[in-house]
Amino acid sequence: MAKELLKGNVAFAEAAVRAGCEAYYGYPITPQTEALEHMAKRMPELGRVFLQAESEVAAINMVYGAACAGVRVMSSSSSPGVSLMMEGLSYIAGSEVPVVLVDIMRGGPGLGNIAPSQGDYNQIVKGGGHGDYRIITLAPATIQEIIDLTYEAFDIAEKYRAIVVILADGSIGQMMEPAELPPMQEVRKREDRAEWSLTGAKGRDPRVITSIYIDPAEEEVFNLHLVEKQKKIEANEVRFSSLLLEDAEIAIVAYGTAGRIAQSSVKQARDEGIKVGLLRPISLYPFPYDEIGKVADQVKRILVVEMSGGQMLDDVRLAVNGKVPVDFYGRMGGMVPLPDEVFEQIQELNQKANA
Amino acid sequence: MTDKKMVEALIFSKPESLTDVPTHYCPGCTHGVAHRLIAETIDEMGMRENTVGVAPVGCSVFAYNYFNMDFAEAAHGRAPAMATGFKRVNPDMNVFTYQGDGDLASIGAAEILHAAGRGEMITVIFINNAIYGMTGGQMAPTTLPGQKTTSSPLGRDIESHGFPLKMCEILSQLDGSAYIVRRSLHDPANIRKAKKAIRQAFEVQRQGLGFSMVELLSNCPTNWKMTAEDSLEWIEENMIPYFPLGDFKVHPAIAKSKKG
Repeated sequence: MAKELLKGNVAFAEAAVRAGCEAYYGYPITPQTEALEHMAKRMPELGRVFLQAESEVAAINMVYGAACAGVRVMSSSSSPGVSLMMEGLSYIAGSEVPVVLVDIMRGGPGLGNIAPSQGDYNQIVKGGGHGDYRIITLAPATIQEIIDLTYEAFDIAEKYRAIVVILADGSIGQMMEPAELPPMQEVRKREDRAEWSLTGAKGRDPRVITSIYIDPAEEEVFNLHLVEKQKKIEANEVRFSSLLLEDAEIAIVAYGTAGRIAQSSVKQARDEGIKVGLLRPISLYPFPYDEIGKVADQVKRILVVEMSGGQMLDDVRLAVNGKVPVDFYGRMGGMVPLPDEVFEQIQELNQKANA
Repeated sequence: MTDKKMVEALIFSKPESLTDVPTHYCPGCTHGVAHRLIAETIDEMGMRENTVGVAPVGCSVFAYNYFNMDFAEAAHGRAPAMATGFKRVNPDMNVFTYQGDGDLASIGAAEILHAAGRGEMITVIFINNAIYGMTGGQMAPTTLPGQKTTSSPLGRDIESHGFPLKMCEILSQLDGSAYIVRRSLHDPANIRKAKKAIRQAFEVQRQGLGFSMVELLSNCPTNWKMTAEDSLEWIEENMIPYFPLGDFKVHPAIAKSKKG
């Protein structure tokens, strides 16, 4: 297939359509609304379900209901809307139904603004809802990557009967780039729906999908089951990309748009003869702790760059475990760092590293 | 000598749509009656194998243990949204929610209003007993003026707490609603009427006429702090005057079939 010029929000929505997504429930919020608009047109064309909910609270519970039916279902939103979905996400995690959600992050807290941010790391990666659960979180840095990750997200969600969140910032939602869309998959046939899904108790015992375990001992058994599943996820689903780390003395760790900006800064610094490389986590949960730990064995200093006050920073520190100093550069409030700013940080670090 | 043969005839049994499990409900509670009416109706309509129920948060949170059919358990108040999501991908299935007054009229007020407004093809069984049962007797959105609860110990003061919500009256105003009625479970005659209403509501859904809801005035002997018998009288004497029984909206197609 040929590349075409695609806007991020439209690209991931179409990728979901092609992944066989059978229902989309959402609520308009900038900067992800084009995804909802794309689904409003596309899903009925294909005889699939689109419904604009009365709120994000309702949207995620509609997603929950459709997921119980064993169909591929998703929603998308942006930070304040995702906050409203936290209750539903906790119930979905507690019910082990597969769901895909895209969060196109914007500036906050509160109403904040509609500019790109990475302020939802803690909310998504650390689990903003109540109880012990984790969300598989994938962070794209390009339009092609948001397409590929969204397309695959449905398989991953079903493999683990878990929630997969595509965590991207407003610039990825809004920008246009040439990218290639994947082939179209048909929606799942009714008879192929999972053996746990609610299809009507015909010729079998009734099925119940619930997140309640009133007996603490039973709840703990369920919690332990989730922990076991997390171990599998942590063993199988770590993703990252690395750039020029082989001989690096300084490593940058940055994800999504911040990672992409840092890539330019790394090339700029290399031109100046500074031995710097980049590790860009693609999966934020599971986090590439081991890989960053290995980098820490090799480099003198690590710089974390985020469009937040330092949220992934905590995970990098855990990975580095005190082996080398970890510095931080962040822009907040919808401000995006320029490659030059990050380059200056690298220069400073290089002086410290070789002082 | 002629043998007088004993003839065994089954005249009353548990509906297939109920499981053979003792409920956790308090003695004298009408939840069991409501469950049975729904189960009998689903049996009579032959829809058990094509039905999915959505249970609420509240006393009936474990409703799925008592219904012999597929069930999902919603977050507090979100059953209409969950049922919407499910029904839209299974338009040929029979989908109902079972919700109490706190669930439906307080924390889930937005979800029920918009499900009705969209004309969502689901059936809602609304248990109104004017109190929060599961958490131990706090004020509900349907608690009557002056009614004592643990969070309105001096009686519901309308100056401070405002007025009870009359959900049938509200939802029947919406163009999406097709069948909105209020019945009571306080005596056998009313229980029979309640069952007929549940049948009509499922019929509305089967025919795709729009949103349907049956409100059932119910008791809570435990938290009302009275005997089961007194609680049934209390429904008649106190609840019905404030929440009048009747048909608030009946789709013409159903009204016609009723006459016919």
